[in-house]
Amino acid sequence: MEEVIKNILERFGNREIKYKDKDMWTFYPDKEYFFDFVDYIKDYGEFDILLDITAVDYLEWTKEKKDRFEMVYHFLSLKYNIRIRVKYTLKKDEKGLTLTSYYKNANWLEREVYDMYGIVFEGHPDMRRILMYDEFKGFPLRKDYPLKKRQPRIKGLNDD
Amino acid sequence: MEKRGARVGVNGGNFFTTKFDSILGWARKYSMFVYPFVTACCGMEYIAAACSHFDIDRFGAGLTRFSPRQSDVLMVVGTVSHKLAPTLRKIYDQMAEPKWVVAFGTCAVSGGIYDNYSTLQGADKILPVDVYIPGCPPRPETVFEGIMKLQEKIQSQPQEWRWKKS
Repeated sequence: MEEVIKNILERFGNREIKYKDKDMWTFYPDKEYFFDFVDYIKDYGEFDILLDITAVDYLEWTKEKKDRFEMVYHFLSLKYNIRIRVKYTLKKDEKGLTLTSYYKNANWLEREVYDMYGIVFEGHPDMRRILMYDEFKGFPLRKDYPLKKRQPRIKGLNDD
Repeated sequence: MEKRGARVGVNGGNFFTTKFDSILGWARKYSMFVYPFVTACCGMEYIAAACSHFDIDRFGAGLTRFSPRQSDVLMVVGTVSHKLAPTLRKIYDQMAEPKWVVAFGTCAVSGGIYDNYSTLQGADKILPVDVYIPGCPPRPETVFEGIMKLQEKIQSQPQEWRWKKS
């Protein structure tokens, strides 16, 4: 196990942080201390690049009245050449945690997550769509978005 | 020439007769100014067809124009998203008559594998397409086949011109 991973586990070990060593180290901090976690890995582990933010829609979780979305963050440490994945879960209308004050590029990445999944990030400076057009209704990567639903912007010659 | 209704002059004279439509079509089909609306990987194949190894200029379509005002043929090369559709329509509207549209590659023909929320299911949803070139992406030979089909179409259609009474 790498030194930096060991230290992260030690530091957050008393809070029973779950982790897995699959394709890369994956951490499951609770939402309450997600900011503490990011703070620590950015300062200590020098995970100075936020590679990606995305989400997963687990629609079947809502049947058991559990959370619906899982947020996924990827970080890269240039100093130690290590990538890690961090995840936390959200309820249906729960707001996400914005990383815009830690990483500048979180701005657009979170806008993309909002565009596709409809997850609003609290404190985000510019929360609007980034890929789809403004007239677009709904959030296309949600599992309850109809597969064949089309929203053309102009009246077509031969719409079906 | 015989096929197109042209007649060589009497006793082998230095003139021949033809129909105005026919000679206008002949001029038009060998001087197509192409506007490539490139949005995706098919653009590479258009470049390959246009450059000297395959040489699109053999068909008189070598003068690629990057302004819709100066072009005759709108080539929709690649995937068109719903977000881009109004722009493509505007570019078509800006082109001067006479004008033709070619759907280049599977995405422009039918949407291809992108049967989803974001992609226009074929350029013919918003434009009157004259020639469909299939392939993902099409080989330059297929492109030339399509260009020759368009030339046939241009030659055989009734020609519009400014002083013609409609």
